[in-house]
Amino acid sequence: MQTSSASVSPTVCKDPVASLDVVGVEARARLLASRSIKRHSKVLALNLAIACTDLTTLEGSDTTGRVAILCAKAMHPAPGDPSVPRVAAVCVYPAQAPAAARLLRGSGVHVAAVATGFPSGQVPRQVKIDEAREAAATAQEIDMVIDRGAFLEGRYREVRAEIEAVKEAVGDRHLKVILETGELGGMDQVRRASWLAMEAGADFIKTSTGKIQPAATLPVAVVMLEAIRDFAWATGREVGFKPAGGIRTSKQAISYLVAVNEILGSQWLSPARFRLGASSLLNDVLMQLYKERSGGYQSPEDFSEA
Amino acid sequence: MATSPPKISAKPDVRANLAEPDRAPRDFPLGDFSYVAAPESTDHVTIADRYDLFIGGRQLAPLSGRHLTTLNPATEEPLAEVADADAADVDRAVQAALAAYPSWSRLPGSHRARHLFRIARIVQERARELAVLETLDGGKPIRESRDFDVPTAAQHLFYHAGWADKLEFAFATGRGRSLGVVGAIIPWNFPLLMLSWKIAPALATGNTVVLKPAETTPLTALLFAQICSQAGLPDGVVNIVTGGPETGAALVRHPEVAKIAFTGSTAVGKGIQQALAGSGKRLSLELGGKAAHVVFDDAPLDQAVEGVVNGIFFNQGHVCCAGSRLLLQESIAEPFLRRLRLRMSRLRLGDPLDKNTDIGAINSRPQLERIEELVASGVAEGAHIYQPACSLPERGFWFPPTVFTGVAPAHRIAQEEIFGPVLAVLTFRTAAEAVARANNTRYGLSAGVWTTKGSRILWMSERMRAGVVWANTYNQFDAASPFGGFGESGFGREGGVQGLREYLEFS
Amino acid sequence: MTIPVVLKTPKLYLDGAFVRSESGRVYQPDGRSNVPRASRKDLRDAVRAARSAQPGWAARTAYNRGQVLYRVAEMMEASRGEFGRALGGGRGANLELDAALDALVFFAGLADKITQLGGSVNGVAGPYFNFSMPQPSGVVFLVAGERRPLSPLVTHLAAAICSGNTAVALVSRSAPLPGLLLAEALQTGDVPRGTVNLLSGLAEEILPWVGSHRDISLIDCCGCQEHEWRSLAEAASEAVTRVLPPQASEVPLQPRLALDMTELKTVWHPVGI
Repeated sequence: MQTSSASVSPTVCKDPVASLDVVGVEARARLLASRSIKRHSKVLALNLAIACTDLTTLEGSDTTGRVAILCAKAMHPAPGDPSVPRVAAVCVYPAQAPAAARLLRGSGVHVAAVATGFPSGQVPRQVKIDEAREAAATAQEIDMVIDRGAFLEGRYREVRAEIEAVKEAVGDRHLKVILETGELGGMDQVRRASWLAMEAGADFIKTSTGKIQPAATLPVAVVMLEAIRDFAWATGREVGFKPAGGIRTSKQAISYLVAVNEILGSQWLSPARFRLGASSLLNDVLMQLYKERSGGYQSPEDFSEA
Repeated sequence: MATSPPKISAKPDVRANLAEPDRAPRDFPLGDFSYVAAPESTDHVTIADRYDLFIGGRQLAPLSGRHLTTLNPATEEPLAEVADADAADVDRAVQAALAAYPSWSRLPGSHRARHLFRIARIVQERARELAVLETLDGGKPIRESRDFDVPTAAQHLFYHAGWADKLEFAFATGRGRSLGVVGAIIPWNFPLLMLSWKIAPALATGNTVVLKPAETTPLTALLFAQICSQAGLPDGVVNIVTGGPETGAALVRHPEVAKIAFTGSTAVGKGIQQALAGSGKRLSLELGGKAAHVVFDDAPLDQAVEGVVNGIFFNQGHVCCAGSRLLLQESIAEPFLRRLRLRMSRLRLGDPLDKNTDIGAINSRPQLERIEELVASGVAEGAHIYQPACSLPERGFWFPPTVFTGVAPAHRIAQEEIFGPVLAVLTFRTAAEAVARANNTRYGLSAGVWTTKGSRILWMSERMRAGVVWANTYNQFDAASPFGGFGESGFGREGGVQGLREYLEFS
Repeated sequence: MTIPVVLKTPKLYLDGAFVRSESGRVYQPDGRSNVPRASRKDLRDAVRAARSAQPGWAARTAYNRGQVLYRVAEMMEASRGEFGRALGGGRGANLELDAALDALVFFAGLADKITQLGGSVNGVAGPYFNFSMPQPSGVVFLVAGERRPLSPLVTHLAAAICSGNTAVALVSRSAPLPGLLLAEALQTGDVPRGTVNLLSGLAEEILPWVGSHRDISLIDCCGCQEHEWRSLAEAASEAVTRVLPPQASEVPLQPRLALDMTELKTVWHPVGI
């Protein structure tokens, strides 16, 4: 899909929110999680969850064979059932991106490559930029990590400059900026990093690498979604959101959909503005989907591994 | 100045609709993500056609021979008939409580504790039943009765159970003596919770109780009576007399009642205070409010919006401590209101049994009429009304979430307790002005303040005349936290060690 | 022939000033002194003075309020002779003065402890810090009564103001002079003006205006007759004014006397990062 914001230059504008209160954020998240999504709403949500999934494998042990299995699953999550949509993207290390691109060609499923010294980001800036540029040659989407070291040292301008440099290097590729919220030390910092990434030109802001605990949580999502809303109000630019890490169940996935729906609105509920980063979510979603259809409970063995 | 009747939902404010579908084309064909109804099942709740009085551990037909009908306010359908007790019935209940008093008050504290713990446990075990009944009878969303009313009621019972055997350590002035028979009169907004606020401390301190639930919401009290029997509570320790104002008046006037514990309207509370004047009977009053909710420019804005929403729309605004006056610092008024309108557009009004409902039914037709009358006065006085687009069900009593801006302190909607989902927004420039405006009320039950600056939180907390101050939060309740007001919001505290004192005397 | 003694004219104590009743009326409880018969308007002025003094008095530190109360005790002790004469002399007068001094010393030392004795930190079931603290009720009206001429007045006034209330008191009708003399100790003891206001006169002329006075926060009926208490309490219900019952006998000095004239305030704040 086309990125709507490739031509937008970095926008620096003041964040209107001075501070956050984490207890209030958590209460809001609990309220969102308490929504009860049933019957055809649930079917719609489960299909949405699949269509917005970035099916992910990010292991040192990844092989072309492993990536091939993943790509097959991405294109046909439920083989023989055309009513189940394909996922949005397959997310891999840059080394596996060419293979993934070959396997997914013409399927509509994007290749997303993590870059910039994923997951730690602790490599020289030029290496990050080169890696991102290289990945952008085969992947339509680049998931970069921010420099948390610089962020925690208060060198916010440098963090922003680096995102801008990567943005420039990847051109019109879809840039998702990973904040690694579990390393930032609190909700105020999550808000600050979200704002900074959006100012620097992020197409998406993403919670986590999946390599650090805590990864995505609903309270963090609430904070990031409110930042996206405020940024859209301030600049007119609509940035996407990607929770990633630890999302394994349909219930979790639906709670993120509900949060997006209630904080940003249903117009954000498409792969253009919302992704779920997950490696083992898909089969639980499929089990729930078939349970809704058939009324009977399924076995994990009924679904292909991926 | 708007002149249309306020009942009609106003047009949505376009600025609020960040996410209306017309802003951007949908590029995904799956359809809108709306939530289908997810109703809580009612099949495990049995409601009898007719309920008698619970006196001396037995179901007794009322001597009055009269019954009242309690309605489901969401459908206007009758749920059950309940006894309408007269003075003779009240006397029977007081006599039963008097008869039970000597042995109950002399019971070792640890035994009273066990009785209360057991009751608390059964309330937890039958929580779903109580929650559904509360929602059917009162119209509040099941999410609230399930997640707030019933668990908090159980907590009050647990908390006070633990005091029963520690009274000698609670006060420097000695162990204290129980009073005798406590007459408890409770309102319709939190029926089971208010019951537990009265019964738990009364029983823990060795008193016996005659409780009159509100006319429109008697059912959970009657189920609680069954729970007392199930728990093996001695007969007469708790007695439930249902009825209307006459029943309450008979309880207040009864010469052998040692204390009245009342939660309800300020007007009725004043009448009780007058009736008991010079009698030496103990009295605690938890009355109305018109709480100020002050938001400074450095506040955590979205959490403050959430606090304001929770403050005024929780339980349809049928909350004595509802944050019904929002005081915004001028510099953030517009950004705040934009967020508030967006948040209000997400509130779901409808079937209280639907687990996704945020705003349930107004408790009764008279209450709905009062809300409508005050809202009409706000429109007539020139305030600007905002209501998110929402359709109201055909039957039942409903009122949409409503915000008035451009409110002057002299407007009725800024002065009078509305007891509905209606917020009056005022602005201020400085902290001193905020305090003066917040305190410009006869009431003093609660107040809210939102600011990041610690010294300002404490400065505001000290100066706002209210029994409860919520700083960077709102509408939090806990059995260990004393609750009660200043001024015309009543006197006495409920909860905490300070609340226990209301049920004891010291010489 | 003896030189005529210079007699002191008894006066009301309003807003830090020694004044006659605006009505110009007096009565002679002992057949000699012309004691002011305070009017409804004197009451109004006294409450207004107390109300306007209250925020400033409450804003002082508790330590400072305690010191001021102790200073009043010093001034009374220094005027033991005059108080003794006003109390009729003899051992009874000394006992009465000592009881008043005991109360002043007691509440002087309580001012900075009342928060700890009445307050608490409450362990709630959630991520919140929650504490309760006593706060002054506002303006206290005190009916000192006839039981004894000085000690109930001083005890209940000190209990009222140690927490930051201000007060208006109606002194004993039959023996008003010791109560009115207290004003001089208050004035020289650096009690800010308006903090305590003293009225003398006839209860039946004053009390009907007290119960319904909406700016009185609490009425201490410690020296009331039963019927006075009932009427005050009935009228007080109009503004939900707090009413403390009459006390038939001496109550031992205890913090509760002061705590009963406070309101408990509970504050919540979230705990999180």
